[in-house]
Amino acid sequence: MRELSYAEAIREALRQEMQRDERVFIIGEDVGVYGGAFGVTLGLIEEFGEERVIDTPISELTIAGAITGAALVGMRPVGEIMFMDFITLASEQLVNQAAKIRFMFGGKEKVPFVLRTPAGSGTGAAAQHSQSLENWFVHIPGLKVVMPSTPYDAKGLLIASIRDDNPVIFVEHKLLYKVKGPVPEEPYTIPLGTAEVKREGRDLTIIATSIMVQRALQAAEQLAEEGIEVEVVDPRTLKPLDKETIIRSVIKTGRVLIVHEACKTGGFGGELAAVIAESEAFDYLDAPIVRLAGRDIPIPYNRTLEYHAVPQVENIVEAARRLAEGRV
Amino acid sequence: MTLSPERKRELLCQMYTIRAFEEKAEELYAMGKVHGTMHLSIGMEASAVGSIAALRPDDLILSTHRGHGHCIAKGADLNKMMAEFMGKETGYCRGRGGSMHIADVESGNLGANGVVAGGIPIAVGVGLGLKMQKRDQIILCFFGDGAANTGAFHESLNMAAIWSLPVVYVCENNQYAMSLSVRKAFAIERISDRAAAYGIPGVTVDGNDVMAVYEAVKKAVDRARAGGGPTLVENVTYRWRGHSKSDVNRYRTREEIEAWKKKCPIKRFRARLIEEGILTEEEADRIRDEAYAAVDAAVAFAEASPEPSLDTIEEGVYA
Repeated sequence: MRELSYAEAIREALRQEMQRDERVFIIGEDVGVYGGAFGVTLGLIEEFGEERVIDTPISELTIAGAITGAALVGMRPVGEIMFMDFITLASEQLVNQAAKIRFMFGGKEKVPFVLRTPAGSGTGAAAQHSQSLENWFVHIPGLKVVMPSTPYDAKGLLIASIRDDNPVIFVEHKLLYKVKGPVPEEPYTIPLGTAEVKREGRDLTIIATSIMVQRALQAAEQLAEEGIEVEVVDPRTLKPLDKETIIRSVIKTGRVLIVHEACKTGGFGGELAAVIAESEAFDYLDAPIVRLAGRDIPIPYNRTLEYHAVPQVENIVEAARRLAEGRV
Repeated sequence: MTLSPERKRELLCQMYTIRAFEEKAEELYAMGKVHGTMHLSIGMEASAVGSIAALRPDDLILSTHRGHGHCIAKGADLNKMMAEFMGKETGYCRGRGGSMHIADVESGNLGANGVVAGGIPIAVGVGLGLKMQKRDQIILCFFGDGAANTGAFHESLNMAAIWSLPVVYVCENNQYAMSLSVRKAFAIERISDRAAAYGIPGVTVDGNDVMAVYEAVKKAVDRARAGGGPTLVENVTYRWRGHSKSDVNRYRTREEIEAWKKKCPIKRFRARLIEEGILTEEEADRIRDEAYAAVDAAVAFAEASPEPSLDTIEEGVYA
């Protein structure tokens, strides 16, 4: 199959949905000729014009308000927040308005938008351009939260998100933009709320999100050479969460390592651990549930410090090995 | 720009209905029949009614936490409003929203809002959506003097201005953001002066004169509909009641409140219509009595309505 990068897959999803549905449009900072800070929307303004690829002033709150309002009158906007860190500036509209409009109004209205935003560290951009804040939005009823880990998933999940009738926070990872993988040319959807077993294994389950899926797969390769067979599960959407696939895997392996980049305290791993502990999988656990996550610090600038602020392949290998060997 | 006698009678009727609704709301609260708080616009009726009179029925509004007047002027069903106020299943939001979140999209009311300035960014999106779909409608966004000091105000007015969106911004300056006087919150005399910073027209009107409000907003609406972009209209008015039910008026004097009560927008409009020969005293009394009776009927409807079923508590979160 043809290969595309993660960024190209996202761009293709945007292009195909804009061709299919004239209600879909893009709005955000520097999304036009600049192509977005990471070049994801490059070329779309030439194809669709500035009426449908709209550059905004630096006004994150009103970008979020604009997609909310446009969705209320029948459009299907795709907003962009240049760095997930800046979603703090847009939070009032996302949390108090978009997420709650349907419920507050008695279930009558809908707010179908996607808000794309790149998260994650590894670019040397330091503490205000590197955060992974997805779990804040998982906590808000009314929002959906999607985190693709591969080009294939990015395209299918984005098309599904655009066609979804709810506000969707679509969290991309900066270091994944250049990662290549097979992507079908035709439009396709991956239903929100379906996890995927990215690699099968019998000894332990790693549940990972976003870039940590890629790192977990690399770790699994190394561990396989030692005879440890790791199963890697990617929830793909944090909300809604496919609990069934996760629980089934934990029942199968009896050991679970949760890996995400966001800070450990208050991160999504806590929710995953609780979902497992509350389920029938609890009885099948042969070891405590282990979380490997970002340190509880802001992302540092220094290259070495930054590298060690979040889980890397070797950390996953070590944690998985300890767990598989019963040293936890 | 002049309204027919029939239309003027309707506006007086709307003003009386708002007053009646809010007096009743207060009474129900005192009786313990209403849960939560409320924000009354008693004394500000001309601002809601005059502004919305300048709209077509298919135009849209975004309202505020002090939104009963906007909702009624936009044509809401009093029964559904009162039922919502009392938290009943038959209310506009099935009892999920309450006073601060009444919305009636069919009548073009995209919702009250519990957050000061919460609707202002949304107005940009509504205006953008209407423009992109080449719909001949406009969005009128209400907010108070307090909201004019948020970042949302700046972002939204700028964005609507650069894209010439069909938005009319109506600032209801009722002199206080909760307890903070406009004299302490602004270094300018007129909030509408801020329009100049966005390259759009700004106008300040006597917000207790329903016809003056109508005329100013009509000009803004016509301009927006013709593709001329947004306008900032400031209606200078006063809320007679406290900010909410927790307010004991520590920040203003009894004399000030009494002085504004003498400028009652309803008495003023009623006297004008009588003077113009559009109404007799008896007819005006009848309009008033009918408004109060309609509100009483709405209370009866609401009281007889069922509570939401617990089985439905999780409904309506996702589409």
